[in-house]
Amino acid sequence: MNQTTSQRYRVKPIRESRREWPFPLNLYQTAVGRKWVMAATGIGLLGFVLVHMIGNLHVYEGPAKMHEYAEALRNLGSGILPRSLVLWILRLGLMIMFALHLHSAITLKEMSRKSSQNASFNGGEKKYEGGRQYIAASYASRTMRWTGPIIALFLVYHLADLTWGWWLGNDFVPGDPYHNLYSSLSRIPVAIFYVVANMALAWHIFHGAWSMFQSLGINNPKYNHLRKGFAASFAGLILLGNLSFPIMTQANLIDEDERLCQVNDLNNEEVLACLTRQLEDH
Amino acid sequence: MSEVITVNLKIWRQESPSKEGYFEEHAQKVTTEASFLEMIDLLNEDLNNKGLEPVAIESDCREGICGTCGVMINGQAHGPRKATTTCQLHMREFSDGDKIVIEPFRAGSFPVIRDLVVDRSPFDRIIESGGYISVNTGSASDANLTPVPKEAADQAFDAAACIGCGACVAACPNSAAQLFTSAKIAHMGSLPQGQPERWKRTESMVGTMEEFFGSCTNHGECHEACPKEISLDFIAFMNRDYMKAKVKNRALSGQR
Repeated sequence: MNQTTSQRYRVKPIRESRREWPFPLNLYQTAVGRKWVMAATGIGLLGFVLVHMIGNLHVYEGPAKMHEYAEALRNLGSGILPRSLVLWILRLGLMIMFALHLHSAITLKEMSRKSSQNASFNGGEKKYEGGRQYIAASYASRTMRWTGPIIALFLVYHLADLTWGWWLGNDFVPGDPYHNLYSSLSRIPVAIFYVVANMALAWHIFHGAWSMFQSLGINNPKYNHLRKGFAASFAGLILLGNLSFPIMTQANLIDEDERLCQVNDLNNEEVLACLTRQLEDH
Repeated sequence: MSEVITVNLKIWRQESPSKEGYFEEHAQKVTTEASFLEMIDLLNEDLNNKGLEPVAIESDCREGICGTCGVMINGQAHGPRKATTTCQLHMREFSDGDKIVIEPFRAGSFPVIRDLVVDRSPFDRIIESGGYISVNTGSASDANLTPVPKEAADQAFDAAACIGCGACVAACPNSAAQLFTSAKIAHMGSLPQGQPERWKRTESMVGTMEEFFGSCTNHGECHEACPKEISLDFIAFMNRDYMKAKVKNRALSGQR
């Protein structure tokens, strides 16, 4: 009798454990493992964001140097591997990391949502009538699921804008990033959008670059005080570098007037040829 | 020193798990020397005298070590005072005329049994799945037979301070039980006596935890809510051990 009663009122699990996949795929089945994947892909994406920002600083050296940098990326591993192969491998890696980061974030959020259901006075999402008083959770950590989608939407816009040239139309010159960047960011709404999106990115990094240490279990009381500082300075560095592009364009410090290979006078191939010549003359 | 104050209580009432709950308001006169639970006792006495149903609230030791009491007071687990359980919270933390909202700990896996009492048995499920060590029976072994490094003993002791009250889950926006589970795993995983089952324990306890609770996003709310100030470091310890456990068990595949 006693047992039947305790069985009847036993709290039922919200989810059943499933059959385990073979190692290492089974890591992705559990939330702790999935957080680990999120942190690991986060590190990869942080690396990309940093390299992307530093690489783009070439824009301050003028159109020719920027063109050279773009060509250098396409020629990675040249002489051994076909042109653009390494670049495409890197891009593929980025896409996989981004997809995993996104998928784990969405599924883990769903898991937390299910675990917080019926935890409110009206049976919905977890909520306290007395108001939740956040003590430790920073604004950044609580808005991860908003800054994330903003970054994802920005990424799509950014690719369509500067890689595929959807909105620049005839003004888009494939292979001349300096010109494309200038034409895009000289439009005020676009510049504002870039500023907003990069602020979201910095917010996201501010929590993520700290949180990843915990998720990966990198914790040593000797160095723990450095983790938040690292996250803040990383986010600050990315913010500073990335905001400089729209701001400097608006301030006319990134300017097309002085350039030797004017886009308006030449067709696309001639522009690229002119830029290459300009480099060789140096 | 002591003064008598009147607090306006807004208390969660719920007859049974299946019934709808609602808030009830009471004004309660109480001396500032009373503890929070004594204040509820006074209220219940008054309710009893009026022939009304008293508020159901769990308590046991009333000295902050059993983990039985625990309610959300104005949206904070165990109330506004840091590192204090509800029973150790005193009315001197409040002033005359304060409005106090008292709610049960909430999470999907903490169903309300009655009023402020919640069913925290999912914690028992987690403990059952691995919160033990194996000891050979027979004649008692010599005292201090197993040397324990001082640091390991300290770490295990810090983790063992967890009283399993559930404040971490209640305070967590994700309803994750990482702090509780990690404290138990680190408690036994840091000591030599806990080594034989270390990896199996980590795997199964985390597995059970994930059947009931949400996923940690490193907000840190649990640590702030914890009456025993269990450190977030233990969550990192658990994450690290979990990854090692998955890899190590694979290395033992030859023994299957």
